[in-house]
Amino acid sequence: MSILVVMEQRAVAGPPAWNRMSWETLAAGQQLARELQQPVSAAVLGQGIEGLAAELADKKLEHVYAVEHDLLKDYTPDTYTAAVRQLVEQTQARIVIFPHTYQVRDFLPKLATALGRVAVSDVVAHRIEDGKLVLVRQLFQGKLNVDVRFNGEPPYFASMQAGAYRADRIEAGSAAVEKFAPQLTPSRIKPLEMFREAQRAVDLTAAEIIVSVGRGIKEADNIPIVQKLADALGAELAASRPICDSGWLPMERQVGSSGQTVAPKMYLAVGISGAIQHLVGMKGSKVIVAINKDSNAPIFEVADYGIVGDLFQVVPALVEEIKKAKG
Amino acid sequence: MKIIVCIKQVPARDSQLRVASSGAWIQDADLSYEINEPDAYALEEGLQLKEKHGGEVVVLCAGPARAAQTIREALAKGADRAIHIEEDDLGAFDPLGAARLLAAALGPEKPDLVLTGLQSDDLGYGQTGVILAELLGLPHATIIMQVEKQDGTIRVKRELEDGWFQHVEMPLPALLTIQSGINKLRYATLMGIKKAKNKEIRNVTAAGLGASAGAASIQLSRVYLPGRSKQTQLFDGPPKEAAAKLVEKLKFEARVI
Repeated sequence: MSILVVMEQRAVAGPPAWNRMSWETLAAGQQLARELQQPVSAAVLGQGIEGLAAELADKKLEHVYAVEHDLLKDYTPDTYTAAVRQLVEQTQARIVIFPHTYQVRDFLPKLATALGRVAVSDVVAHRIEDGKLVLVRQLFQGKLNVDVRFNGEPPYFASMQAGAYRADRIEAGSAAVEKFAPQLTPSRIKPLEMFREAQRAVDLTAAEIIVSVGRGIKEADNIPIVQKLADALGAELAASRPICDSGWLPMERQVGSSGQTVAPKMYLAVGISGAIQHLVGMKGSKVIVAINKDSNAPIFEVADYGIVGDLFQVVPALVEEIKKAKG
Repeated sequence: MKIIVCIKQVPARDSQLRVASSGAWIQDADLSYEINEPDAYALEEGLQLKEKHGGEVVVLCAGPARAAQTIREALAKGADRAIHIEEDDLGAFDPLGAARLLAAALGPEKPDLVLTGLQSDDLGYGQTGVILAELLGLPHATIIMQVEKQDGTIRVKRELEDGWFQHVEMPLPALLTIQSGINKLRYATLMGIKKAKNKEIRNVTAAGLGASAGAASIQLSRVYLPGRSKQTQLFDGPPKEAAAKLVEKLKFEARVI
């Protein structure tokens, strides 16, 4: 009867290392534990993970489970589902939370289905109402929020969005590391090498000012309109995913969960609605400016300054004013 | 190769969404609808695989009568036939219930490959494909950027975070969830639109499939506009005026120009 946080590690060209979103999820787990007055434990899966498990031993946790097996060395949805399922059944965890990573998206729905449950994915906040957990997630690419409750019996499963909880709120303590050896059979799925495409020629993370363009630009021929704005500001030009998908700008200029994560002095979002996949890549920017025709666009939730209007009129006017201001 | 592509009809991307007075969902009476974007890429991938390896592309869609329009468009692009699970109240189904519906229609077809988009633009659970794979007992991979058919197996390129990718191999039949941008979408040709009129759309119902919403294990209790995490200073008026006010703030308040 407890809360279980399933941490994520990955070994790419070296020993297993944390996916840092795991720490935010651990903070979420500790917060839930306080509010629901239940104990919280954490688990890490893999092979050769003693070092990582030891890092959890000085956190305020009831148990730390090191779930080790040769077949967990390389991730597959089959082996990870089986291992977490066995751990959940063994520990009788009531609420099981995960970081909302690409890996979790690959196996959590399978795990929940195997137990006849539905996981609440991509949680951005929570509240406790009458002792019951209410999770908040987004709909329509962030345009609306929805409160979600669990029906029926636990275990309840959820994955937490990047940036929803703060890793610096983790409470220290001490916990004994326990080994858990799952019974596994080889997966039908064969994971092969991990790789990166050609080296990035553009390092957006070094830019002081970024002008980023989204679907609102409508067609490739309109890109020079925002290029002029970038030039006037001495900024790098970047884009949201759909622009790069369409080949209007190269993939290396993409900001968001599948592209680069940036935190410049100023981020100017032009015609970008602000789906969560984009926001996680830029919301750490010091000053955020948004230009969008829809006043309800989620980009305005994170913007410091904004103009609601037609970018084809606003951007040329802005270029003129910037030139004037810079003299 | 028999390929089934699951598609969903969702409100058009630039829709002005308003919360219904019940607070339970949006006002959907006056919205226009389109294919869920990642599903359009899944359909395109299915069509390209068929062109390379032969076989059949079957489109499967659960939704009310209006979804027939989206199904026709998929047929016009080149899908061979379609199955429409006509269900007015899909909202009563949680992701597991909805996937059970799809599984009931899909199972007897015995496909070699099932494709879905990686997530829907409306509910955005990003789970239907993986749940479906589990219900059908198929191996799966998600967020796929490349599909290569080999002898009895497929090799796919999975997108990971932060610019990383991974190749994964698995036996057929299998299920893949497709990422936007994997390919270049085609437009329906006039000939395609004409041909689509004679293609089969088989209508089935949840009851006919022996599936029901059952007891949902999660419940959406209230839909609302998100609060702002920051106090946004908005400038309006004619573009020139708004631009001048913004630049003044950026120069003298934020000091970034």
